[in-house]
Amino acid sequence: MLLAALLLMVGVGGSFAHDDEKHEHTALGEQCVEDEDFMRRNHMALLKHQRDETVHDGLRTKKYSLRGCLNCHAPAHPSDGSQPASIESGEHFCAGCHVYVAVKLDCFECHAELGE
Amino acid sequence: MKTLPNVELKGDSLGFWLVVGGLGLVVLGGLGAAWMMEHHGHVITGMNNQIVWGLPHVFAVFLIVAASGALNVASIGSVFGRTVYKPLAPLSALLAVALLIGGLAVLVLDLGRPERLIVAMTHYNFKSIFAWNIFLYVGFLAVVAVYLWMMMERRMNRLSTPVGVFAFVWRLVLTTGTGSIFGFLVAREAYDAAIMAPLFIAMSFSFGLAIFILVLMAHYGASNRPLGDAVMGRLRRLLGIFVAAVLYFVAVQHVTNLYAAEHGGVEAFILRDGGVYTSLFWIGQVLLGGVVPLVLLFSSATAGRSATMLAAALVIVGGFAQIFIIIIGGQAYPLVLFPGMEVSSSFGDGIAASYTPSLPEVMLGLGGIALAGLIVVLGPLVLRFLPISLSDERVDPHTKSASGA
Amino acid sequence: MKNRCPETNSHRDDLARRKFLAGVVGGGAVMLAPGVTLHAVARPLDAPASGGIRWGMLVEAGKCDSNCTGCVDACNTEHGLTGNDRPATDAQWIRKVDVHDPKSGKDTSLPMMCQHCAEPPCVDVCPTGASFKRADGIVLVDKHSCIGCRYCMMACPYKARSFIHEPLHDQKPWAPRGKGTVESCTFCVHRVDAGGTPACVEACDKKQKGALTFGDLNDPGSDISKKIEQLQTRHIRADLGLDPGVRYSGI
Repeated sequence: MLLAALLLMVGVGGSFAHDDEKHEHTALGEQCVEDEDFMRRNHMALLKHQRDETVHDGLRTKKYSLRGCLNCHAPAHPSDGSQPASIESGEHFCAGCHVYVAVKLDCFECHAELGE
Repeated sequence: MKTLPNVELKGDSLGFWLVVGGLGLVVLGGLGAAWMMEHHGHVITGMNNQIVWGLPHVFAVFLIVAASGALNVASIGSVFGRTVYKPLAPLSALLAVALLIGGLAVLVLDLGRPERLIVAMTHYNFKSIFAWNIFLYVGFLAVVAVYLWMMMERRMNRLSTPVGVFAFVWRLVLTTGTGSIFGFLVAREAYDAAIMAPLFIAMSFSFGLAIFILVLMAHYGASNRPLGDAVMGRLRRLLGIFVAAVLYFVAVQHVTNLYAAEHGGVEAFILRDGGVYTSLFWIGQVLLGGVVPLVLLFSSATAGRSATMLAAALVIVGGFAQIFIIIIGGQAYPLVLFPGMEVSSSFGDGIAASYTPSLPEVMLGLGGIALAGLIVVLGPLVLRFLPISLSDERVDPHTKSASGA
Repeated sequence: MKNRCPETNSHRDDLARRKFLAGVVGGGAVMLAPGVTLHAVARPLDAPASGGIRWGMLVEAGKCDSNCTGCVDACNTEHGLTGNDRPATDAQWIRKVDVHDPKSGKDTSLPMMCQHCAEPPCVDVCPTGASFKRADGIVLVDKHSCIGCRYCMMACPYKARSFIHEPLHDQKPWAPRGKGTVESCTFCVHRVDAGGTPACVEACDKKQKGALTFGDLNDPGSDISKKIEQLQTRHIRADLGLDPGVRYSGI
């Protein structure tokens, strides 16, 4: 259900000019493991596939792992010394889009929301 | 050739809408309780890591067990050919659907993650009786819907017998499945018994009919339609037989367990040392739910309508007590890891667990009952579930020709 | 859409990240967490759990001190099982059980946790298949599929499972846990997959008790297999025929 809603949102809002005034975060590295467009459309599918492999088979490859994403996108100790972003405050990387498109995140009910 | 026309309720009295309004409020209360539990977590309930299934499950299992039994009246008509029961069949089917929906609502809303119902309906582990039960319960709704159609549409009446047989078998499998939820739990002393399945079937017959009698009397009393003794006398005797059957299975269950030294502990707990569970067993389940109704239903000194109503109500009370003892008493008795030893730990090993029902649980359970009530009250407003008269002249088979309907 | 990841990272962060990744893959002497030592070569990240291994534990109750809760404290710290002073609803993955024999007066103390059965009743009863047994014998809950019905808690003979009764915060990244799902001892699967041992075993070693041994039951050369050959060991509730992965001696 989440997937369908998100696909709809991505389809509609694929070209929304969302200025990053909300998240001047300090992500590490030069770029994400995949390019932006791909990630916007497919990050949920990647996470979903990875989670089944990790939980059931014990495959712990880093590329699409949630901890891997968070280590860059939501570090616990940002390199510019700013406070780590939280989901609740809306400052978190994931919250930036998810609050805008009003798709509730379930992940951080269980997962730590900050990387290492 | 139907000689008993069914007519919808008029729904033009204040009392009717007050009842509907009241039931609606209780349903809202139940939904509110469910929201609180989902939002704050189960810490606001009385359930914990020792008593994992609490009052909502007692209500839900009671409603589900009664639902399959409520269909009995229709089955006696279609499957066993007793024409006297045939006019009662549509209400019986409606009640079965209503009780099942009420029970399922409580069960689903008590889940730790009710929003994952979609996951439950798309991912199945078929070794789990729970997974089978999802199919059995939802399938039951579909089967009864088709059964109702066969009953209520004149052209389809000739199919009401084969569909009725199918529905009868389905509800037996469903009740067996519900009893097996407990019967398959080898770990717990109070369960792990093959007799749980037939016991649940007997319970379903008894509770379902008791509720049917009360609903029938309520509908006909409130809408001033005649309800004769030909119908009521038969229902009384039938209820008495079912109550006796339940007492039989309970007796067999406990006597068998008492014979095995291994089960002595849990039997002593339920029958003697369990405090609230012991009181509920002897006074609630056996006396009020078994012996007193038997006397009321079979004694000629108490042959009136009020005695029947009281007996049915007591059967329901006793039924709740029985399911409370099964579900909660069964969990309160500690798991035996070291037979013969005295055990203690920080996680409640070795001691009987205590449980205090909380308000959200009570409201959720009552909400389920109210939901069933709403369906049963509003249904006849919309469709023709109720014959216009169940007086003796209309119902007695000697004065009308028996036919497919 | 502008590039959202400007090159403002410091060299220090980059190095730290690369070292972390390399350390886990290489299986070298990297401190994964304080006190974790690698007992075996870590399984490569992209290799699935193997059916050839069966992880198990041996508890020598004779060596267990009834006043010691080292294993319990270690587990709580490792997984962030912060109690809320509500013992009825707080999660407990491992617990100390004190057994007293009324006939002989003998007292024994032992830790009890998920027994990681080969025929787990919790796996049988789970309607969605969230409770499952991994190929290497570790029994886990896939919390993405868990609907919180608690049937597995009813079915477990060892009362190993806990339900999370309230919203949680600040979970450990290696131990996701959340309200409304069921959980139990995972044999520290995040450590084991990286070649380490469970936190409880490590804590017991640190306290010089040595009551817990963890290893591959299928490997005749492993410490645990050798000990099981020498000592008189048994399963708890062996009558149920579940073939647990945890064996006990001294009870």
